Amino acid sequence: MLTFYLRDGLIAEIEKKITEAFEVFDRESNKTVDGREIGCIIRSLGCFPNEAEVQELLAKIEEPDGFVHLENFLRVMTEVLLDRRFQPIPEDVILHAFEALDENKCGYITKEDLVKHLTEEGERFTQEEMEDMLVVALDPETNTLHYRDYRTKLVVDETKIFPFNV
Amino acid sequence: LGTLSSPNSLRGLTFKAAVLIQQWYRRHVARLEMRRRCTWRIFQSIEYSCEQDQIKLHNFFSYLMDQFTPSSSKERDFISRMFISGESYKEAELEKYCDYESIEVPDSYTGPHLSFPLLPDHATALLEAFQQKQQLHARYVLNLLHETRKHLKQLPNISHVSTCYSEEVTVCGDLHGQLDDLFLIFYKNGLPSPSKSYVFNGDFVDRGKQSLEILVILFTFLLIYPKEVHLNRGNHEDHMVNLRYGFCAGLSTISRVHGKKILRMFQNVFCWLPLATLIDQKVLIIHGGISDTTDLEMLEKIQRDKFISVLRLKKRKESSRKPQIEAVNGESEAGTDAAGNEAAPRLSLQPQSAQAPNTANRLEFSRWLRQTVQEQIDTCRRLMDISESEPEELTYSSVVSLKDVDEPCWTRQEEWKQVLDILWSDPMPQEGCRENKVRGGGCYFGPDVTEKFLDKYSLQFLIRSHECKQEGYEFCHNRKVLTIFSASNYYEIGSNRGAYYQANKTAHMLTMTQRISRVEESAFRALREKLFAHTSALITAFRSYDGDNTGKITLSNWATAVESVLRLGLPWRMLRPQLVRSTEDGMLEYKSWLDDLAMEQRSQEHIQSSLLEVIYRNRSNLETIFRIIDRDHSGLISFEEFQQTWKLFSSHMNIELTDDGINDLVRSIDFNKDGNIDFNEFLEAFRLVKQRPS
Repeated sequence: MLTFYLRDGLIAEIEKKITEAFEVFDRESNKTVDGREIGCIIRSLGCFPNEAEVQELLAKIEEPDGFVHLENFLRVMTEVLLDRRFQPIPEDVILHAFEALDENKCGYITKEDLVKHLTEEGERFTQEEMEDMLVVALDPETNTLHYRDYRTKLVVDETKIFPFNV
Repeated sequence: LGTLSSPNSLRGLTFKAAVLIQQWYRRHVARLEMRRRCTWRIFQSIEYSCEQDQIKLHNFFSYLMDQFTPSSSKERDFISRMFISGESYKEAELEKYCDYESIEVPDSYTGPHLSFPLLPDHATALLEAFQQKQQLHARYVLNLLHETRKHLKQLPNISHVSTCYSEEVTVCGDLHGQLDDLFLIFYKNGLPSPSKSYVFNGDFVDRGKQSLEILVILFTFLLIYPKEVHLNRGNHEDHMVNLRYGFCAGLSTISRVHGKKILRMFQNVFCWLPLATLIDQKVLIIHGGISDTTDLEMLEKIQRDKFISVLRLKKRKESSRKPQIEAVNGESEAGTDAAGNEAAPRLSLQPQSAQAPNTANRLEFSRWLRQTVQEQIDTCRRLMDISESEPEELTYSSVVSLKDVDEPCWTRQEEWKQVLDILWSDPMPQEGCRENKVRGGGCYFGPDVTEKFLDKYSLQFLIRSHECKQEGYEFCHNRKVLTIFSASNYYEIGSNRGAYYQANKTAHMLTMTQRISRVEESAFRALREKLFAHTSALITAFRSYDGDNTGKITLSNWATAVESVLRLGLPWRMLRPQLVRSTEDGMLEYKSWLDDLAMEQRSQEHIQSSLLEVIYRNRSNLETIFRIIDRDHSGLISFEEFQQTWKLFSSHMNIELTDDGINDLVRSIDFNKDGNIDFNEFLEAFRLVKQRPS
């Protein structure tokens, strides 16, 4: 019941942002989007859901044919943004996560370990996701990931381009 | 994340860590994907709005023809010159004019030599030469064009290919002058040969820098393996389009002396290119698409060489006024329009407009004629008003170029529409068939149109090109239509892959992030230029949201205002961080934002800023007009012609410009050639064209 206290304009603005993001993925310009792209859209609106959370959301709005209609997405997503769900993962938390995989605490993770953890544990990476990450993240000479540098690099890229403020 | 104690909790720890990293990484990838798609959208919307300009320009000419009452015989001449140029020559005249035999090849020439009939060795020599950036001598180019023309003339409008003769057929889409992509295709797929057929589906030229080389190679293979190599005409194999998109300019830099002849020959070769290819009576390959009126039987019968440009208006002064009336009621009397002037022949009319009334009643006919003429004028007027941004009902006031005007115009109209649809249409996901307003020519055709068409002619499948696709290819309409686009990196390095119909993917050279940044930069630069070009309209729009005259507006209103002016259908809120750098309390100081944009475009300060804006907004139209006027393709037009062009252009574009304004403009250009202006200098001075590589 937060909405009662917010400026009218804010909701309208949020809805416009959601609609814009949705339409970028609306290939056929008919206000529907392939369900498999919903995760991408949600994330590009500033949210950090994990796969389970995406699926949960999707289950609420997916049609039998696998598509999602704008009006349903709008309804659900507006709430998500107003409730500030799926907040960004703080930098230090990510750092600790990498450190947890760095058994010897040497500041880097070997390619083999990285692949093992990320493709076998957690919400597993697909082959393609793993390869894409390795291409950028690995230091080609040592075949290791220096996670501090990597994390900094990605953070810089992001904030430079899309500082999203509700 | 918890504390370490036992192996189990350690595993639990790494599990949680993995989840976090994956979550975080996927977010990063999603952002990249969004950026990629936004950038793509930017390029596409700008490109299509350019194509719209092309059609607007053409309508402008038609409008001129109808409306402009020259105040002096000089002006009259000037106007008619714009249209009578580009005569299509009779056979003998052409041979004489574009004669190559008298051209000597100097001993110093180190490029490849051609002799006819061509042999596979010639093709290899050419490929090697072009790889080493050599050029083919004009004499050989002309010779090749003559032979090509002879060959093409005997081909039917629709080529037939049978796979029982060659084992493979490879279909390539738009190449747009990108020679490296053609090399790549040949390298990966092999050269054309008796066991390897190729179909090149149009748009060989324009935009890329090596259009001439591509044509030479394609024509060479065409002549060596006439049964195996097939070329379809694209919408860019069209003189009017070439003028705008760089093919003509490119030719004149290659050979100042012979460029004109070569260009003439190309005009006459392009119109002989077949319109479609049919494989095994089952797969139809056309450049653009189809419409609900596409009739293969009609297409097979028309004289395709009559359509030098589907966008070009061409008339013969004396005889043109008569046939229309003659054909209808046998009398040789020209009708008059409302103004009492002799009616410009209405060779073009909206296909859907009222049918010609019962021709026995001449009075009724005249009235109808006057009415449709008036409608046309009104439409043109509306189209010319650039401040109006409603999507218009497009009327085809463009006409075919006719070699003779004896036959009734109505048939010509139908034939022309058939060709236009084949070359310019695009598929759409919705059912039905409607005018392609984005491009300004052809139709959007839906899956039902495809289905009906394939059914009618017992076909299985349509292959077409004409649209750039990010992956180089795309299926639609239940996989019954395949779009193939072969020019990779079409908008910018990394913007898209090229493909040919063996679903091949080109290799990644850069990482995904690097590619996206580069393309993004390019897209945003183009977008900022567009914004600058609409400064006045933007200020007006912003002001409407700033009732208290504070000089600031909210970011939300900024987005709405920008879309209402530019009408590109872009996600402005997503793009805003790249376009608007600094805000105060979520409010934007719009004047200083626009000033920043202006500073980026290195402008000439002493020129009236609104004039500059106008130049930017209409730059491609201006360039096209200049090139049309410059009939000998020398790059020079007289001072007077320049002034006249400018006056005409500005008066019909509703631009206010004083004579002083024009003079200032001219004075700022260095013209020391006896009253002639090198308009390339003019255009480059205002950064209206990209520097062409020498």
